[in-house]
Amino acid sequence: MALLEIRNLHARVAAPGGREILKGVNLNIDSGEVHAIMGKNGSGKSTLCQVLAGRETYEVTAGEVFYDGKDLLAQSAEERAREGIFLAFQYPVEIPGVSTSYFLKAAVNAVRKHQGQSELDAMEFLKLVKEKQSMLEIEQSFMNRAVNEGFSGGEKKRNEVFQMAVMNPRLGLLDETDSGLDIDALQTVAAGINKLHQQDSQRALLVVTHYQRLLNYVVPDFVHVMIEGQIVESGGKELAMELEKRGYAWVEQESRR
Amino acid sequence: MSLLDKPLLDRSVGRMPSMTVQDITVARWLSEFHRRGAARFEQLGWPGRDQEYWRHTNFAPIINTRFTESQSAVVHSSALDAHRFSENEAAIELVFFNGFYQPHLSRLSPINGLTVQTLGAGGATSTGDDPADAALLERHLGQYASMESNPFAALNAGQFRDGAVIHVQRGVSIDKPIHVLFYASAAPDGSPMINHPRLLVVAGEDAQLSLVESYVGDAGGGVYFTNAVTEISAGAGSFIDHCRLQREDAGALHVAGFEVDLQERANFISHAATLGGKLTRNNLNVILNGERAEATLNGLVVISGSQHVDNHTLLHHEKAHCPSHELYKHVLADRATAVFKGQIFVQKDAQKTDSKQSSKSLLLSDEATMNSQPALEIYADDVKCTHGSTIGPVDEEAVFYLRSRGISLDAARHLLTYAFAADITRRIKVAPVRRRVEDFMANQHGLPQDLRITDLGQHDEKAR
Repeated sequence: MALLEIRNLHARVAAPGGREILKGVNLNIDSGEVHAIMGKNGSGKSTLCQVLAGRETYEVTAGEVFYDGKDLLAQSAEERAREGIFLAFQYPVEIPGVSTSYFLKAAVNAVRKHQGQSELDAMEFLKLVKEKQSMLEIEQSFMNRAVNEGFSGGEKKRNEVFQMAVMNPRLGLLDETDSGLDIDALQTVAAGINKLHQQDSQRALLVVTHYQRLLNYVVPDFVHVMIEGQIVESGGKELAMELEKRGYAWVEQESRR
Repeated sequence: MSLLDKPLLDRSVGRMPSMTVQDITVARWLSEFHRRGAARFEQLGWPGRDQEYWRHTNFAPIINTRFTESQSAVVHSSALDAHRFSENEAAIELVFFNGFYQPHLSRLSPINGLTVQTLGAGGATSTGDDPADAALLERHLGQYASMESNPFAALNAGQFRDGAVIHVQRGVSIDKPIHVLFYASAAPDGSPMINHPRLLVVAGEDAQLSLVESYVGDAGGGVYFTNAVTEISAGAGSFIDHCRLQREDAGALHVAGFEVDLQERANFISHAATLGGKLTRNNLNVILNGERAEATLNGLVVISGSQHVDNHTLLHHEKAHCPSHELYKHVLADRATAVFKGQIFVQKDAQKTDSKQSSKSLLLSDEATMNSQPALEIYADDVKCTHGSTIGPVDEEAVFYLRSRGISLDAARHLLTYAFAADITRRIKVAPVRRRVEDFMANQHGLPQDLRITDLGQHDEKAR
């Protein structure tokens, strides 16, 4: 049984006359696998991530999604998170007035409580955080700053991966985590992602990206190409290189046939 | 007007024989002051909605109620205890019940350079060198809270029968806050009662103090009306950190005139939290009356049900080179209504004025109403004045972000509301005030225990 099974997923913007964005997505992800979805802007990659994470601004009009054998679409966003799905946002939200430390502790304990584990106290939480901080080269002061407030683009993305490390999910959805990063930051983030993957061989990742660049560091088991709300081509990591060389036009042509 | 039917108490009669000449002078002066206030109120009458300054609030619940005047009474109630500060938290604490000083509940320890006088008929209680300083009263009382155009100020002037005058002498720093607690109630038989808190604070040149005014009460299911006037005179180079914590009863009507006069280089910081009461109207008027004076006004309004709060503030820039900063935040639930009218007045000579005003409102319900109005009147040509106003619901993007981390929908909304207010609470330097506001926010918005914020409200030393 696949960890995540997406069958013929259709979704539209949840508004009167909202545009259909996902037009029949099929995808299986097994535990421990790293999948990459590539595609041009507007192809529906980010929408797929948001729908999987439970964003209510999108309405699922058809199809099914099973996570760990259970109907994912029947679960609220917070339930999905507590069940081990983590979305690293393309545009992380600033939350003035809430310290990163407070926010993360609340999040970790919400998940632990749900999973029947004891909640972490301040000391235990600090220990957990310290370990992950060094892995992602995150400064101590970071924890006392309001969530994402005044962070640079790179800091925000690093914060997402850091949060993922602390939350320890079974399925990580990384939505363009590479965008807006310079090469040094990209390497740090990629190293962090790889470590996460190594630490738990059962953890699955879905990496959404525009460019092949990130995939030089985070090597996928499978690469999928998304065009106009559908996965039209799937292959191994060599597909990413081919896309980098030849662009998306040839896939588009092939998919029309 | 029924309120004023009974004759004014003559202070020169019925006084203890031990009164000093100065006491008698003060009593006579006050008696004349009351007479002027009462007469002025008779002339002005209650404000009408045709008057621009008053039109945002319907004063009918005040005008149409027959109030009894509160009488001097000694209260023995543990109800006040929750609102008092510990010895560590305050240098001195003055407790008033329905406008009358409660010596047995107050804590007055002698502090060099600090003089406290109370204004009750039982004789002025005072600490410090001046038993009753007639000259100080004459120089300051009623000088800032003008009874000429404000009927509530006139009514207070006519009717208050007790109060406090706090004088911090030149160059003196009081290291802990001065707490003045005003507790109010309905009449013993449950009928509506009116009380008139009166406070005058005079800070001498280069004096430094932190002042907390708490307004709380218990209407016992009935109604009371608190009609308060506070005047502050800040001498040259003085520094005053002021907190006003209003947690009145659900049946409370509250009108407050708060007038501040800043001499050159004086620095005044106000933190005003309006967290309770049925109807509230606050007038906070600050006159920057000397060059390089500075004023910071921070406000927080958190109301629900059908509560109404109307904050009118005025930053009157009279002299040059004065900065002023103003940030008011409102959290409105249910059918609550709030008004923020922020006036900035820049006199012709007040060049290089630098004034920033911001009003932000969070609407937790479609039925809540916020009315935010900046009003800038500028007669100088070399000034910087900015204002901004935002009104909106909880940010759904942020709610989703929190939910995607496992935090429940309700908790996410509560947390964001708390965080919105924390922008103000973290600026409050006086810990017992900050803690009370945070606790109120946490309770009010049902923040679950496991999300109760203890490390979030860290006091930000740099914020002001």
